[in-house]
Amino acid sequence: MQHRIYFDNASTTNINPEVLKSYKQLLDQYYVNSESLYDEGSLISRMMEKARSAIAGLLDIQPDEVIFTSGSSESNTSAIKGVCFAESNKKHIITTNIEHSSIMNACAQMERVFGYEVTYLPVNEQGTVSAAQVLRALREDTALVSIMHVNNEVGSINPIEEIAEIVKKKSHAYMHADLTQSIGKVPIDLKYIDLASISAHKLEGLKGSGILIKKKHVPFEPVINGGEQEQGYRGGTSNACVNMVFAKTLRLALENSSKYHEKIEEMSSFLESELRKIEGVEINHPEHHVSSIINFSYEKIPSEVMQNALNRKGFMVSARSTCASKSTDPSYVLSAMGYNDVRASSCIRVSLSYHNSMDEVKQFIKALKEIITQYG
Amino acid sequence: MAEYDTVLIRFGELSTKGKNRKDFINRLYGNVKYMLRDFEKLEYRKAYDRIYIKLNGEDHEAIKEKLKKVFGISSFSFTEKVPSDIDSISDACFRIASESNKKTFKMISKRHNKSFPMRSDEINRACAGRILKNTDMKVDVHDPELAIRVEVHSEDTYITSEKIPGAGGYPAGINGKVLLLLSGGIDSPVAAYQLMKRGLNVEAIHFASPPYTSEAAKNKVLTLASMVSEYQGHMHVHLINFTDLQLQIYKTAGDPYAVTLMRRMMFRLAERTAKKYGALALGTGESIGQVASQTLESVACINDVVHIPVIRPLVCYDKVEIIDLARKIGTYETSILPFEDCCTIFDPKNPVTKPSIEKSEYFETLFDYEKLIDEAMEQMETVVVTPEKNDEDFL
Repeated sequence: MQHRIYFDNASTTNINPEVLKSYKQLLDQYYVNSESLYDEGSLISRMMEKARSAIAGLLDIQPDEVIFTSGSSESNTSAIKGVCFAESNKKHIITTNIEHSSIMNACAQMERVFGYEVTYLPVNEQGTVSAAQVLRALREDTALVSIMHVNNEVGSINPIEEIAEIVKKKSHAYMHADLTQSIGKVPIDLKYIDLASISAHKLEGLKGSGILIKKKHVPFEPVINGGEQEQGYRGGTSNACVNMVFAKTLRLALENSSKYHEKIEEMSSFLESELRKIEGVEINHPEHHVSSIINFSYEKIPSEVMQNALNRKGFMVSARSTCASKSTDPSYVLSAMGYNDVRASSCIRVSLSYHNSMDEVKQFIKALKEIITQYG
Repeated sequence: MAEYDTVLIRFGELSTKGKNRKDFINRLYGNVKYMLRDFEKLEYRKAYDRIYIKLNGEDHEAIKEKLKKVFGISSFSFTEKVPSDIDSISDACFRIASESNKKTFKMISKRHNKSFPMRSDEINRACAGRILKNTDMKVDVHDPELAIRVEVHSEDTYITSEKIPGAGGYPAGINGKVLLLLSGGIDSPVAAYQLMKRGLNVEAIHFASPPYTSEAAKNKVLTLASMVSEYQGHMHVHLINFTDLQLQIYKTAGDPYAVTLMRRMMFRLAERTAKKYGALALGTGESIGQVASQTLESVACINDVVHIPVIRPLVCYDKVEIIDLARKIGTYETSILPFEDCCTIFDPKNPVTKPSIEKSEYFETLFDYEKLIDEAMEQMETVVVTPEKNDEDFL
């Protein structure tokens, strides 16, 4: 078996052994319904609430502001629909043109089915929007502003705290931030943010696990109807053990983030400087970006072919967002940043984690050069 | 619930083949046994124009699905076993008739146990009377839609009715080996099925152009091969790395002639492979006029480079007919998965529809394709695929 190198950490991550260990232990023992009244049920319920409190502590919010979900796609969808359904007299949403497909498609659905108007703010060549842009787009009937903190394809960082402050101070709209790619990478103050989405599997946690942060004052209608679980905001028997280990997942991710920050920074800047030395390679990520995400194009080789070639040499990378990887269209994120179709159709995303090594980065550069010589 | 005792298999066209009859029956017998190898309790018996298999409690529905895929069977029927008393016999006959959805029927009874209190004719009348009274069916002794056969033995009685159509054709592998050009499309898996149906043992050759084509695209082809391999047990797939040839062709001939030259190279490689593995013909999924490389002029120009016979089972089929067959054999959904193949990857804008042999030959003098063909032959990999099983641990 060929030695495989994983450079696709923005797509998903391995499971932290500590998380896995806890999960296995819990799973064997705590199978009863957390809503049940007998001792075992209330024990599980108490454990889950402890986890909720721990999560709230890490994020400096209140425990009842944490809603367990199946991950960011659900959290994003629920944030948009949950607020809009509760604020049905307002018919306007503001977002950007580089959001994740769960936001894009939820907004499109609100337009199509419920007659909403959506403003898609165009990003600049740095892949960001400004607070001033948001301010100009705000209206009396704006129900929600939803903006991603960090972009999943190019790692650009929006001034999310500044935007949130403007939204809160200058309008009655609610502010949602998609933190899927930023948590553990960029510090965040949730002071002016009303709702936020986080996924466990980007943080060495379990797939099918996430949270929606919803501050107490935010009106909200459940999207998944069911019983009184999650204060009635999200129905369905609690995935108790999965929810419990979210706390450990988040804690370890935040700890590792500060511990390994420099290591990732070092690999990232070395990779970028080596890429710049190769003739024909262009860097797509903006200057200000999360260091774990590197995005480049070599225009003579389309993304799909480059990915196949890298795959054959043992490297796992993405092109566009993995959620859109089956499409051969140009990356809409790069197009939005003003890059032409050829460049946006030949992009490659390398996303690093602390498990990667400098040696792997060097091997990658070597392999890339070989591919360019052979097929470029 | 009926208790099925035996399955009776009737032969297809091979019944008419005088001298080779024995070989055919032996091959069919072997193929049936191979197809049903997972059912360990079955007992087989060969007769002159039938194969009988005693079920010994094995799942008759599962066996039915398997037998439908064995070429060389014209039809088969399951025999029920009921106690030898007239009530049980008539119950079973009535149930068979009322569930059959047929309009006419006929009873054919036989007494092996002469001490049974009713004569054959009386058994026929008793059963037919009940069916006539309680259903809209009529008796037709000359050409019934449903014939219910009753054999009375001392303890048990055997009742045979529904004729289940078999796959027809010849027993797989009886008529020699053919090498099929297998792409990831809709047509070539259907061609594999058609070739196997005529008793041919099909091996496949596939051309991949990594990194322009992905591993996923190759796996899709292997999945398709695995699906059709069920009809002959397993299938050899020869994988050719076509990248260097393809790049050279584009460099030399450019867009319009690229596909023609590619196909000519594929045919050359296929002929070499066929010789190497003892296949007497090539097979393709071509259908006249379907795409630029399948116009009559293209077919002639491409065919010109080989001496081996080329069998094109789909040559006169419409696309919708091919799709219907692909759905029937279960390959359609996999075939339409969106993976590039080496014919689509460079996506020629203006492929020539009336290529000339002279012009193709001229382009081929411009580069040393023999050397590239030799290299491709040296790098050929062969994998043996078998029908997929869904018995992994995690399931």
